Amino acid sequence: MIALDGNAIAGDFLEVFGVDLTAALCVCAACGMSSVVAEAIVYMGGPGRVARCRGCSELLFVLVTIRDVTCVDLRGIAGLDMEI
Amino acid sequence: MERTAVHRRLNWQLARVVEGVTETARTKSIALDAIDWPGHLAGQHVDVRLTADDGYQAQRSYSIASAPEDEHLVITVQRLEEGEVSPYLTETLVPGDELELRGPIGGYFVWQEALGGPVLLIAGGSGVVPLRAILRHHRATASEIPVRLLYSARTRGDLIYRDELADYDTVVTLTNEQPQEWSGRAGRIDSAFLTETAWPPAERPLVYICGPTGFVEAIADALVTLGHDPSRIRAERFGPT
Repeated sequence: MIALDGNAIAGDFLEVFGVDLTAALCVCAACGMSSVVAEAIVYMGGPGRVARCRGCSELLFVLVTIRDVTCVDLRGIAGLDMEI
Repeated sequence: MERTAVHRRLNWQLARVVEGVTETARTKSIALDAIDWPGHLAGQHVDVRLTADDGYQAQRSYSIASAPEDEHLVITVQRLEEGEVSPYLTETLVPGDELELRGPIGGYFVWQEALGGPVLLIAGGSGVVPLRAILRHHRATASEIPVRLLYSARTRGDLIYRDELADYDTVVTLTNEQPQEWSGRAGRIDSAFLTETAWPPAERPLVYICGPTGFVEAIADALVTLGHDPSRIRAERFGPT
């Protein structure tokens, strides 16, 4: 599966949270690396979109959409900083 | 970025096809009239959704090719032979048809005057689409910030917006063909190429790279190795989804 980046899921985040998250700084819970959501490694396949840390490849978050309901699992994120 | 524009829910809306322009054998620009379009920033994308008669839906993201100042919202679509959506958009769709879209999307891979420069745009294949929006926006606002495009395509026939881009500070390179009477470059964009054509790291260019994943990774790595500040490099990777 081709690895894309966090820009590819900007629409999902915007739909769920009502705010653009691509420029938000995301801290990986596994390695502590901080980088913008747009730089996450993203795999788009099936119903789920999986984002991994560009530093250590650990799971950052997963989005799953089934019957118009999107579930967001942010298990690998230690922090999210953004300008409001 | 205008913060009022950021806080809003994303809703699907109908847009009417105004015009289709064949750019290359595999790409077509589609001009759309979207009544509820809130405006966009150069570099953003839209999601397009198609619904079949049986209710099956397919959704894809396409970069916006037009500047915010342009009359119509334009996307440029490359036809993928095995694609579910792109063959319909490039071959079946005619003016007057309607499409469902939502957007604009993305606040990171955008350029506005306030972000400064010099602005170095690096495109691989159809990665030139959002960068063309940036160039048009730059010109529409009469920005005096230096901007340059490095554009890599396989063959001359694959060059999108070829005539239009000739009017900008553009360096074009062909990777799979060296036609006769070709005054541009040949070969991939690598460190030597970047050293020759990009602003040096000391000038701190703001870099936008858009292309297939491998292309983006190779160029971002080369730029960082040359001494460019990673925080001045913005990338957007695309591929068949």
